[in-house]
Amino acid sequence: MFTREKQGFERKKLMHCLQCFHNLQELRHSASLATKVFIQRDYRDGTICKFQTKFPAELDSRIERSLFEETLKTLNCYYAEAEKIGGQSYLEGCLACATAYIIFLCMETRYEMILKKISMYIQEQNEKIYAPRGLLLTDPVERGMRVVSFAKSQDGFLKRWHHLERAKHDL
Amino acid sequence: MSAVMITRKVTRKWEKLPGKNTFCCDGRVMMGRQKGVFYLTLFLIVGTCSLFFAFECPYLAVHLSPAIPVFAVLLFVFVMAMLLRTSFSDPGVLPRALPEEANFIEMEIEAANGNVMAGQRPPPRIKNVQINNQIVKLKYCYTCKIFRPPRASHCSICDNCVDRFDHHCPWVGNCVGKRNYRYFYLFTLSLSLLTIYIFAFNIVHVVLRSVDSGFVNTIKETPGTVLEVLVCFFTLWSVVGLTGFHTYLISLNQTTNEDIKGSWSGKNRVQNPYSHKSIIKNCCEVLCSPTYPSVLDRRGVMLEDLSSPTPSDASAASTHQSSNPVSQTTKSSAPLIPNEHTPDEAKPGIGSGTQKSTSSPKEEKPPSPTSPNAVAPAVIKESSH
Repeated sequence: MFTREKQGFERKKLMHCLQCFHNLQELRHSASLATKVFIQRDYRDGTICKFQTKFPAELDSRIERSLFEETLKTLNCYYAEAEKIGGQSYLEGCLACATAYIIFLCMETRYEMILKKISMYIQEQNEKIYAPRGLLLTDPVERGMRVVSFAKSQDGFLKRWHHLERAKHDL
Repeated sequence: MSAVMITRKVTRKWEKLPGKNTFCCDGRVMMGRQKGVFYLTLFLIVGTCSLFFAFECPYLAVHLSPAIPVFAVLLFVFVMAMLLRTSFSDPGVLPRALPEEANFIEMEIEAANGNVMAGQRPPPRIKNVQINNQIVKLKYCYTCKIFRPPRASHCSICDNCVDRFDHHCPWVGNCVGKRNYRYFYLFTLSLSLLTIYIFAFNIVHVVLRSVDSGFVNTIKETPGTVLEVLVCFFTLWSVVGLTGFHTYLISLNQTTNEDIKGSWSGKNRVQNPYSHKSIIKNCCEVLCSPTYPSVLDRRGVMLEDLSSPTPSDASAASTHQSSNPVSQTTKSSAPLIPNEHTPDEAKPGIGSGTQKSTSSPKEEKPPSPTSPNAVAPAVIKESSH
């Protein structure tokens, strides 16, 4: 009896999984139909990862300049922290070299940990700031660290985004 | 007792990557196209070291010190680890622009160039950026449809733009770029040490043994010595020279590519904007900077269209039409300026399938960045007990 209930629950969870996946598809599909604005890299300080904070005219009607600048400045700070050459990077490099870099098979590098933080930050920004304004910010790591892209859409991202986030929490 | 199993063939992103790379171990290993010389490198190193361990080490361990073979083993393991790390990792390939980004860039170029008269050649696509008070020209890559970041270059053998491109090394069978340059340098350095070590101890061994049994008898007892000395002698000049050259480049924070092209040779008062003007700082930046993760996401799963049933056969082409919805339609008004350099492969998003070669001995954990988007489960299995 108990196993039958469990079976039913598992089946519901499975269908829910598939539904969420379908919603994610829809969201990405509508993002592909949207107009996109690309923020390019800022190379003035060399080859470090830094994005231009100049406010693009296309986003003028959608979002306040201060919010946009704050997001980009925070992103730039994260990347600067990831690429900082200091005590921690020396330690990581020396330790890895001493183990013939085999340690990287088991351990995550500092840069990867910061990239995870960045993707969580972008998710949070999308939820709180951009989705309500009909914008979607994509993680630069998906574009080869070349651009930060904002997708503008007429139909509400917000509704679908909330549904997706709720579904993720349920799982 | 019924078991319902829904299996979906998982297409990973490496199967759809454009470019001429070879992938192994389900995307964990990434190499260039031509691997023949790499196998030769492996053969030479493993072969020479095997001969050393077989012929010289027993004698030297007994007559001199057991530390000699131990150190040789450590050095050999380090050399192999560096070689495999250089050969199997992503050198820093820049993914090609998706259609929206490519169109956006085209619009920018059009806006910058203005109207071109019919019959006139369009101006070259170059962007000027100022780096550390120096003007650097960024060239447009017609294959990848991007303006190459500073220090990036397009490798024609691998057909990819590589960040901080140094050179394509046939001996390691891969490009040497931002992500694997330090492994390449450590490989050449440790190989130089190993070659010098083996060469020196071969000489010591021959001398010691000749004192006891005579030179001709020594050669008869350990015929491998001759082969080792020959290989080491010729390797020494090239590898030690290469190590010296790269040490010089690192101290100046230059790449082989820049050195060959003479980008910062000093004429027209052009100086290297990336150099910190201090040898130690330059070395630290090249060798001790944080390990940069791959932006290719080779092992990421391609999103498949759930509504259309796809047959789960081995061919990746079946998922071609339904995969990657991001590249399907875009709302952009810029017409693509046709150019003579665009090959057929550089069509939006998905290129032709890459070759799959046989599995290789070493697996490397892919440093793939996390993506905020969900990943499809490969097998959803439901069973009752």
